[in-house]
Amino acid sequence: MQDFTRRTLLQGGTALAAAGALTGPALLDFAKAWAQAAPWKPEKGAKLTVMRWKRFVPAEDDAFNAMVAAFKTATGVEMNVFSESFEDVQPKASVAANTGSGLDVVWGLHTLPQLFPTQVLQMNDVADYLGKKYGGWTDAAAITCKQGNNWLGIPVATIGGYMTYRKSAVEKAGFNEFPKDFPGFLELCKALKKNNTPAGMALGHASGDANGWLHWMLWGHGAYTVDKSDKVIINSPETLKALEYTKALTDTFIPGVASWNDGSNNKAFLSGELYCTANGISIYVAAKDDPTKKELTEDTYHALYPVGPIGKPTELQLTVPILAFKFTKYPNAAKAFIAFMLEKENYDKWLTGARGYLTHTLNAYDNSPVWTADPKNQVFSQASKRALPASGIGTPGEKAATAIADFLVVDMFANYCTGREDAKGAIAIAERQLKRIYR
Amino acid sequence: MVDIALEPKAARRPIREATRWDLLRANRNWLGFWFMLPAMAFLILFLAYPLGLGVWISFTDARIGRPGHFIGTENYEWLWDDSIFWLSVFNTLLYTTIASAIKFAIGLYLALLLNENMPFKAMLRALVLIPFIVPTVLSALAFWWIFDSQFSIISWSLKQMGLITENINFLGDVTWARICVIFANIWRGVPFVAITLLAGLQTVSPSLYEAATLDGATSWQRFRFITYPLLTPIIAVVMTFSVLFTFTDFQLIWAMTRGGPVNATHLMATLSYQRAIIGGTLGEGAAISNAMIPFLLAAIMVSWFGLQRRKWQQGENND
Repeated sequence: MQDFTRRTLLQGGTALAAAGALTGPALLDFAKAWAQAAPWKPEKGAKLTVMRWKRFVPAEDDAFNAMVAAFKTATGVEMNVFSESFEDVQPKASVAANTGSGLDVVWGLHTLPQLFPTQVLQMNDVADYLGKKYGGWTDAAAITCKQGNNWLGIPVATIGGYMTYRKSAVEKAGFNEFPKDFPGFLELCKALKKNNTPAGMALGHASGDANGWLHWMLWGHGAYTVDKSDKVIINSPETLKALEYTKALTDTFIPGVASWNDGSNNKAFLSGELYCTANGISIYVAAKDDPTKKELTEDTYHALYPVGPIGKPTELQLTVPILAFKFTKYPNAAKAFIAFMLEKENYDKWLTGARGYLTHTLNAYDNSPVWTADPKNQVFSQASKRALPASGIGTPGEKAATAIADFLVVDMFANYCTGREDAKGAIAIAERQLKRIYR
Repeated sequence: MVDIALEPKAARRPIREATRWDLLRANRNWLGFWFMLPAMAFLILFLAYPLGLGVWISFTDARIGRPGHFIGTENYEWLWDDSIFWLSVFNTLLYTTIASAIKFAIGLYLALLLNENMPFKAMLRALVLIPFIVPTVLSALAFWWIFDSQFSIISWSLKQMGLITENINFLGDVTWARICVIFANIWRGVPFVAITLLAGLQTVSPSLYEAATLDGATSWQRFRFITYPLLTPIIAVVMTFSVLFTFTDFQLIWAMTRGGPVNATHLMATLSYQRAIIGGTLGEGAAISNAMIPFLLAAIMVSWFGLQRRKWQQGENND
């Protein structure tokens, strides 16, 4: 919990000035000028309580807090910001939505605003303002926040996941560049196994990693949990193909992936046991920060997810939308704050602070310094364009969120790939659970 | 005059029938009720109400942050046909039975050992308690590293010794994963059983052993006919608690496997948490936790009736 009083603000200011990350006065000048010109004038005596997810990268948090501090000084809005771990954000936001009190603004995960569409403040004006100014929103980002023509929240960024691999191992396996389609990817993994430089991706209950790559497998084959009208269509020949392909793939993996959680592939890759995996940019960032891993850092590259037989990218990427509740007493302050965060003067620095964890959702940031500073980051700049929402082609919302949280797709693949169930049985279990969720 | 002076000032209260209020005031049970009230309020507020609420929620389709509608036994009907639920029931029973039996065996053995006279007795007894003192989550994390698929110290040692060539897939293989979580549970639960049984052993009067020795009883006979019968009440209590703790275990599993691989170590408690809190379907989660109640009641009943029977307490032929 961080309460922004004048004192912490001063401390924060000096710390930032010392670190030289963001020049305090310049940011403040911008903030003041912005507050004069902005279309939203915060209410007198406004006070916002903001909940966000707990950061991965300290520099991202610093950049966020610097924005909050500048906004506070420039507009006089009292800001009370606190973070919660990933799993706790949604339940707490739901309770606030239901009780109509406690929080004004929530920066959450996936399609959070869709869980309580009637409780959120519509953001159409903010989305228009930012979209017009910054080259429009990416479709994938927009769909997570839109209901019809209304914006229920603002898709601040995407936390991207892509292939992280060791170039030397991939070259030794006979590939000059990372494969772009599924057959090539399977060949690569087979060759990697043969060379004893295996690939591996989580088959356990890893909410980020396992859900990410297995939905990519499913959707890549043109299989979906539900269709456009939310009818359960998991029991399809495409799902069967996805299962078979994934089984062949996991047979080449390093042993133990069935027990992996979100951190396992990071550890294995960094210790040099794993040569290819799907992950956020965190592995590379951790390697870069470790002076003893210079060689590994130089050998580590990123690649886009190979595209499945469906012929177009279908990735599950983690959107992080921000919303304000309808019951907030200070809607203009909330809108002003959200718009302020995504202005170039703030957002570029914020992206840089996040070091590639966060991908922009506004097209104008395609050439933001974070993507050009290190060419290896560039792959992650695509995350907001190649994604489907968490619901696939179905309606984004609570039901899709439940299916992901309960690991339905992950368990279906794991059941088949570990040989616990045959394909029919694995699909039947998933189908039955989906039908209940989507009843 | 004198008479008048002695006349009491207040008129004497006329004798009347005792009213209900008088009876009530003099009633000790009524008074007792008021003394009991704070405790009762406490129990109702913190035990009965949450339990009742849990039962109610299981009959609704409540989700986090939203009250549900009454849907009858739909949640239970759904679980009845849910293979993952039944798998978790099987896992829970397997986990509880094996872990409790081994905990009892090792605990009793340790207690008997620690009851002997030996050097550094007090210190050894304190040492035995260590696994119990370490916070569960910490020990679970330590076990998680010990059984890691890539960095397991066991796999590493065996590889160094040349006994195996590949890492053992501890938490990724169904059988291994079950063995690992049961092992961790035993490691954690043995001290409780051992120390409590030790306390029980110390209440057995030494004169009984002396008499038995004079009668020429072997040490097995002394255990079988003196120690064991006198220990049964304590055993019943300890094992009830042990079974309850094991049956409702959550932290170990959640930290080590999250119920994986492929739900092979999902206990009812972890499944309930996954569905209710993470998945958001409170009603279904509540139904899973309520499904634990019959099992727990059965465990309590066994020890309750066991404690009432003299046969259990004082040896076989003494009904």
